[in-house]
Amino acid sequence: MDALWQGHTGLWTLLTIAAMACITVISRSFFFISSKPWVLPQWVQRGLQYAPIAALAAVITPEIVMSHGTLTGTLQDARLYAAAAGVAYYFWRRGAGQAVLGTIVVGMAVYLPLHVGLGW
Amino acid sequence: MFFLKANFRHAEFRQGFKEMGSVAPGIAAWGLMTGVAMVKSGMGTLDALFMAVTVFAGSSQLAATPLLMAGAPMWVILATAFCVNLRFVVFSAQLRPYVMHLPLWQRLVTGYFTADITYVMFVKRYPLPAQDAAGRAAQMAYMAGSGCLNWVSWIIPSVLGVVLANGVPPQWGLGFAGILALLGMTCALASSRLRWVAAAAAAVAGVATYGLPFKLNILVGIAAAVVLCMALEKRVLPAAAPGEGS
Repeated sequence: MDALWQGHTGLWTLLTIAAMACITVISRSFFFISSKPWVLPQWVQRGLQYAPIAALAAVITPEIVMSHGTLTGTLQDARLYAAAAGVAYYFWRRGAGQAVLGTIVVGMAVYLPLHVGLGW
Repeated sequence: MFFLKANFRHAEFRQGFKEMGSVAPGIAAWGLMTGVAMVKSGMGTLDALFMAVTVFAGSSQLAATPLLMAGAPMWVILATAFCVNLRFVVFSAQLRPYVMHLPLWQRLVTGYFTADITYVMFVKRYPLPAQDAAGRAAQMAYMAGSGCLNWVSWIIPSVLGVVLANGVPPQWGLGFAGILALLGMTCALASSRLRWVAAAAAAVAGVATYGLPFKLNILVGIAAAVVLCMALEKRVLPAAAPGEGS
């Protein structure tokens, strides 16, 4: 079992992890907690319709064009071609159902050979 | 919440489940690699398993693991986890009108299960909160269905990743499938020109401010996109209705 089991556990660590789970609850339901009547101003509500796509773009772009905190600045990077292939597939097949699944599959089909095979 | 009968018997539950199905492989690969990463950074197996099944927030797990290993004080670890999760606070402001009819414990459980992808799919399907009880029931059932599959497809691979950490080479980069899943969702959301602008602005701001601590670059990206698009909306389409497109 050596390969499957490592380390020792302290009560303090488990307590910290349990508290982190509470942080997940508090942050994700932050504005659900108080039931005092209160509505978001109209302009904020309007603005927040751009939040989903903005959040996704801000999360994924650094993971595609950066490594170790700086722009990669090379074209020999599997992630660029995988992302391009995924996006191309999405807009080719959109409306056909499962387009997002296709983005993942096509992207990985481009990524793995370049990354594992060529080391890009 | 998927354990409530009213939710999992509803037709919208299956709809949410089905839509989440197309991104689930990406979530699963990402969960797997998060499990692997926790163990590779030196966490004990039991600790990593406990974290994998309770914390349910990949970025905060990855941010907290090195601190935990270095023996940082608890408040530092919790503050870090909260800051990394700040985007969820923004999401909760937007989701508030959808859930306030629920009792407090159900609101908290709903919040717990609302990860990035669950939130994005939900507001895409329902740009506006329902006005009647039937509509609210449908919305909650949809959220429960997508949240259920998202949870399962994150938790099981995470546990596998922890247990099989030494059998999965991180250099293969399987976790990139998670980024591709989010990329596909981004394409699905890009339904109007202003949304393209929002994505571009957030992408540039997210990269430019990547050096900020606590993943605050994501918040800067959201803020930049919202402010820019609101300004453009006023100039370009003064009469556009809220919640346009989806």
